[in-house]
Amino acid sequence: MNDRLRKSAAWRQHWVGLLLVGATLLAVPFIAALGGQAWVRIANFAILYVFLALGLNIVVGYAGLLDLGYVAFYAVGAYTYALLASPHFGIHLPFWVILPFGAALACIFGVLLGAPTLKLRGDYLAIVTLGFGEIIRIFMNNLNAPINVTNGAQGITLIDPIRIAGFSFADTTNILGLTISGPQKYYFFLVALAIAIIIINVRLQDSRIGRAWQAIREDEVAAKACGINTRNIKLLAFAMGASFGGIAGGVFSAMQGFVSPESFSLMESITILAMVVLGGMGHIPGVILGAVLLTGLPEALRYGIEPLQRALFGRMIIDPESLRMLVFGLALVLVMRFRPAGLWPSSQRRRELTESTD
Amino acid sequence: MSERQILLEAHEVAKHFGGVKALHDVSLTIRRGEIYGLIGPNGAGKTTFFNCLTGLYRNEGGYFVFDGVKLAADAPHKAAEVGIARTFQNIRLFGNMTAIENVMVGRHLRTGAGVLGAITRNAATRAEEAAITRRAEELLHYVGIHERAHDYAKHLSYGDQRRLEIARALATEPKLLALDEPAAGMNGTETEALRVLVEGICRDGVTVLLIEHDVKLVMGLCNRVAVLDYGEKICEDVPAVVQKDPRVVEAYLGGSVA
Repeated sequence: MNDRLRKSAAWRQHWVGLLLVGATLLAVPFIAALGGQAWVRIANFAILYVFLALGLNIVVGYAGLLDLGYVAFYAVGAYTYALLASPHFGIHLPFWVILPFGAALACIFGVLLGAPTLKLRGDYLAIVTLGFGEIIRIFMNNLNAPINVTNGAQGITLIDPIRIAGFSFADTTNILGLTISGPQKYYFFLVALAIAIIIINVRLQDSRIGRAWQAIREDEVAAKACGINTRNIKLLAFAMGASFGGIAGGVFSAMQGFVSPESFSLMESITILAMVVLGGMGHIPGVILGAVLLTGLPEALRYGIEPLQRALFGRMIIDPESLRMLVFGLALVLVMRFRPAGLWPSSQRRRELTESTD
Repeated sequence: MSERQILLEAHEVAKHFGGVKALHDVSLTIRRGEIYGLIGPNGAGKTTFFNCLTGLYRNEGGYFVFDGVKLAADAPHKAAEVGIARTFQNIRLFGNMTAIENVMVGRHLRTGAGVLGAITRNAATRAEEAAITRRAEELLHYVGIHERAHDYAKHLSYGDQRRLEIARALATEPKLLALDEPAAGMNGTETEALRVLVEGICRDGVTVLLIEHDVKLVMGLCNRVAVLDYGEKICEDVPAVVQKDPRVVEAYLGGSVA
């Protein structure tokens, strides 16, 4: 009896927590819209980076493979969407065809990248993946001749927005007296996708495959001796991670209506890696926090520094753009100095970094 | 000796590192159900032999026949698949995973849930996970460390870590369990407990190959013993005979005792 009471109390707490999170998620786009649609877009990008960070987390956090070329998969997904839903080739497929296709294509690229790097570890792996990321970007930049596939540095424009049952995500609609803007629609679409991706990640982590990834990270030789085919399991990590990057890329294309190679620079890979490391490698809530913070903070600084300076000194002293990167960099250094396992690490990761492993 | 009785046959296995001949045409046969000891001074090539057998090294000469099939041991996971499990001289556990998780990793080979199963968490996957957990608990019981099931491997005592490594190896359902110096660094009581455990494992139908420095343990435990010296097998027999062999005495004491 007592036990049942305690159980139902725990359940109630659980549900209250879920309801609170749900209510917050529902309210965000409307609160953000008070500061302008730009803030809704920022929220959307934060969620997009959650996809990317969670994908990279599989490779870096679970399997322990340092990947500096992750943005390549983002690019593959983005260009897949752009080419299959724009006037560039005159193809206009619906998003629910392209997104899975882009994810599958990114998956294949993940395996292509993974295969030659299987014997490499740490720094060497990082260099090879870095090269791969650059190759993809340079391909996108130069694949406009002899056949114009990617339209080179000009990028691809007029990409179709996501449409569900003839209901476009590009413009504003009125539903039951409620005005919902395009970015707000994307927001809900992204939240739904994010929930699915988070569930997939949690389930993968607590599975036979997740344990194998963890074992490889801990001790590859012992993992092999336990009968784990480390080649396949590593490739699986690359493939799974890449597919999330591909989905993120597709949504990015649809949301922006425009893609060009400059969106997929090395800096982007590094930012995503920073999100994973800063948030807490291998820990899903930490990685989400890292992605949201690293997307939100620079934007908040962008909009906050100018009024702050005017309020303090009455005039502009330092150019907001340069101060923004300075503050951002300093924040990264401080977090890594005082919380080396990340802002919100898994209990396991914390142990690894605070205790010697013999 | 009939074919059925032989579990492992090493045929003129050779391995060298640069100019150093670590193994020089080593041949030996291990029979089903026995505890086979492999001893020798430091650097005699015992661990090298283990690494060739379990696919960590590729031997340059010779071959292994395991359970009637020639081993294409070019990948360690394949050795585990055919039924050779091993432990390591310097314990190699997954330190930041719990004891039970370590054993669950050992079940990887004999289970099959893939990505789709993990994501959908269908009935078959849930049943498999439950079976993995159950088996891991049984094995922890078997080696006697079930009370530490949810402690992190690196927090276990030295003796318990050795036991956990054995449990993890047993989780792969081996026909041959290869133990690399399991008693290294153990005190008398721990060594005695280990002896009981290894005997039990053998009684339960797993053949044991044992590398050991503790000569007393080897002589008391093993049915047959081979002695390696400078990468060559100098002797193979029952412990009582090996002990008296002059070449063995020479290898261990160094030079003739004039």
